[in-house]
Amino acid sequence: MELFVASPILFPLLGILLNVLIGKKLGERGVGWLASTVVVASFAVSLALFAQVAGDSEHAAVHVKVLPWISAGPLQVSWGLLVDPLSSVMMLIVTGIGALIHIYSIGYMHGDPHFQRFFVYLNLFIASMLTLVMADNFLVLFVGWELVGLCSYLLIGFWFTELKNAAAGRKAFVVNRIGDVGFVLGILAIFVTFGSLDFAEVFKAVKAQGGALAAAAGVITLLLFIGATGKSAQIPLFVWLPDAMAGPTPVSALIHAATMVTAGIYMMTRAHALFELAPFTQQIVALVGALTALVAGTSALRQLDIKRVLAYSTVSQLGFMVAAAGLGAYVASMFHLLTHAFFKALLFLAAGSVIHGMGHDRHTDPQDMRNMGGLARRMPVTFAAFVIGGLALAGVPPLSGFFSKDEILLAAFTHQPLTFLLLGATAIVTALYVGRQLILVFLGEPRTASAAHAHESPAVMTAPLIALAVGAVLGGALNLPGGGWLHHWLEPLIAEQAKPLNLPLAAFFTALSVLALAVAGWMYRRPERAAREVARGVGLFLARAWRIDDAYAQVVVKPFYFISTVCAQVVDVGLVDGAVNGVGDVFRRLAQLVRGLQTGLVRNYGLVMLLGAVLVTAYFVVVR
Amino acid sequence: MTMAEWALLVLLGALSLASALGLLLSRNAVYAALFLVLNFSVGAVIYLLFNAPFLAVTQVAVYAGAIMVLFVFVIMLLGAERLAPAENPPGLAYQRPLAIILAVALLAVAAWALLSGAQIEPSPSVAPRPDSSPQAMGMWLFGPYLLPLQVVALLLLAAMVGALVLSRKS
Amino acid sequence: MDATSFVTFLSAALFVIGALGVLLRRSALLIFMSVELMLNAANLAFVTFAHRWGQLDGQVTVFFIMTIAAAEVAVGLALIVTIFRTKRSTSVDELAQLRG
Repeated sequence: MELFVASPILFPLLGILLNVLIGKKLGERGVGWLASTVVVASFAVSLALFAQVAGDSEHAAVHVKVLPWISAGPLQVSWGLLVDPLSSVMMLIVTGIGALIHIYSIGYMHGDPHFQRFFVYLNLFIASMLTLVMADNFLVLFVGWELVGLCSYLLIGFWFTELKNAAAGRKAFVVNRIGDVGFVLGILAIFVTFGSLDFAEVFKAVKAQGGALAAAAGVITLLLFIGATGKSAQIPLFVWLPDAMAGPTPVSALIHAATMVTAGIYMMTRAHALFELAPFTQQIVALVGALTALVAGTSALRQLDIKRVLAYSTVSQLGFMVAAAGLGAYVASMFHLLTHAFFKALLFLAAGSVIHGMGHDRHTDPQDMRNMGGLARRMPVTFAAFVIGGLALAGVPPLSGFFSKDEILLAAFTHQPLTFLLLGATAIVTALYVGRQLILVFLGEPRTASAAHAHESPAVMTAPLIALAVGAVLGGALNLPGGGWLHHWLEPLIAEQAKPLNLPLAAFFTALSVLALAVAGWMYRRPERAAREVARGVGLFLARAWRIDDAYAQVVVKPFYFISTVCAQVVDVGLVDGAVNGVGDVFRRLAQLVRGLQTGLVRNYGLVMLLGAVLVTAYFVVVR
Repeated sequence: MTMAEWALLVLLGALSLASALGLLLSRNAVYAALFLVLNFSVGAVIYLLFNAPFLAVTQVAVYAGAIMVLFVFVIMLLGAERLAPAENPPGLAYQRPLAIILAVALLAVAAWALLSGAQIEPSPSVAPRPDSSPQAMGMWLFGPYLLPLQVVALLLLAAMVGALVLSRKS
Repeated sequence: MDATSFVTFLSAALFVIGALGVLLRRSALLIFMSVELMLNAANLAFVTFAHRWGQLDGQVTVFFIMTIAAAEVAVGLALIVTIFRTKRSTSVDELAQLRG
């Protein structure tokens, strides 16, 4: 049983082993299909486990302790795996979308000299992410948390021969570590407070003690949330995600849109019992999420890189999820996570398909939307996929994004006016940038030769697009308003009042979204506008993501460089080198004093030997 | 010890010292080597007087014979028999007076030890005269001293190989 | 004064003369011969004491010293020859490369 539950993690590890050992022999096709097969196997096992949980009348969790790990006094941690309604949904997302993206990558990475390495990393990511979501305690969750961070770093810097990509990987790593410090402190605080790290025991204690824990819960949740801001790219730590687009596009789709970046939301949902004890933290979470949503959404409005638009959009949508968690609407948050995983992965893969189709001219940047236009006729499948993903993102009914976004807006509407205003504005902005991107990329006339000669991608790439498009269209059915399937599914964990559809609100936002799409269409009927409006003023401000990176450069990086310079040139050269050289100098001077004794004349040495002989003999004869 | 033996001993001592001084003072390496041969031979006679016939023979054969022949051979080979007096380098300016002072001091210490030590350990009136024929020495060497003998044999072999390696041209 | 003391003193005197030879002579060959003289002085003392106590261990030791001296001479003379080949001299004063 343990082995069966652990096998979703073990399959990708097996894939890594085989690909590392015999990947060279298998060749490109073999490597790609092997890596994809193991993930499909993981998906199959996940499905079986899901069925097992679903088949149980109580939705009882499958819980196994695979191996003991740390046993030190009160600290008892084992490699425990937990498959409950929450983690089984996450497992299906990770392995399902993961499998599709593996298959897509076979086409996308075709011809890359490091094909094998790419799939090893990708398998490693799947194993790590499954460790994260299947963990039954905070420490194993943290192991997965760090491993996915490592994979993210490795894959962002996959084409590390370009300095820009390596720097982006490093930035992601460093920024994530800042959040991780908070997360680690939060885990320590949990251990100090509860004496255990097991989810079961911690949440049992939370249920038993309730309000008595308010102060501790406040501290713990704030620290955990810092961790979430790093991994899920929220203000103030979201700056790494747009740069992470330096990685291959399938990576952006899998890691930086569908799965890894949702780890923070998953973690907060997992620990929702703690968050519910800390209303102050909840307020902060909701506001940070909403603010992130708006800041990133507006930034997406003025991006020129096809992937950066989607990156800021991802940050923005993550803000939605975080805000929902802050509002206590965890089901809505998970629901949006699910639908977003579908339509954002779809958008990224479609964007990858566009880049793939564009990338034939060395001198034209295949990611710059100014170079595109008119691709709808040349890449019909990709266009259809992009439209579906975009409309789902914009929240146009009956696509999946409409339902999940509406649920979050409704929760905000009933709880917090300020959050509602921010999220509502973001919803409109979302439709605007979706419209802008659709027009710039697919409509109008080709603006470069690359765009004119673009062609549809191979079936291995378009098939996953179609599969994801189906998910993006039908995903909403998983949680129809008024207590849908997901709501009931998560009920054993999250008891939440289901809300019926608020028709005026939904209609209002649908109308606004459609209107915004139309406005975008009208604004960009002349595509040259896109290039013009980012040149200065508000456009430039938004294109540079509210200049938050610039602010960090001024506030953090510059002083850091200054301190480093002082350390290097004053402390190191003066003090450390001075001490070392000083010691050497002392000995050199001392040596100068005595080196005269070493004349090199053997007869001198003989003289001293004889002196010693005389003295020793005299000592024995005269003194003794 | 008879008077004749005493007379012989004193004569031998004088000869020994004289030949040693000859070695120390001679300006020609060949003469120095011959003085040393004389010194070794005198030593061999003293060994005979002191009940060590085997060593006396070995002394003549190995030292006065083999070793000194080797010396003379090298002197001839290098053509280094003429020892021209030369200036001492600066580091050795006081070498001679210092060396003589130390030598006198060592000799004084030795004399002191003999004069004072004689009282501490009176000699037994009748010392046994063990059998020291070559045969008896052989029994000793291949009996209690077998291991040192083997080690020394190995050392000799190593020295032979070493000498060969060193004197080979480049 | 008995014969033992006399010869022991003789041995000390020979040792000192040998030491003086090592310190005062410049030729490596002469220094080497002086070392042999010093060894021989020690041998003389050994034989004397062996006779004095009526035991053969001293004589055996002398035998070993002679053997080792022979080995030493073989290597030492080889060294002198080798040095002479490059330096064209047997003077030890010229071999001062290890000067501080």
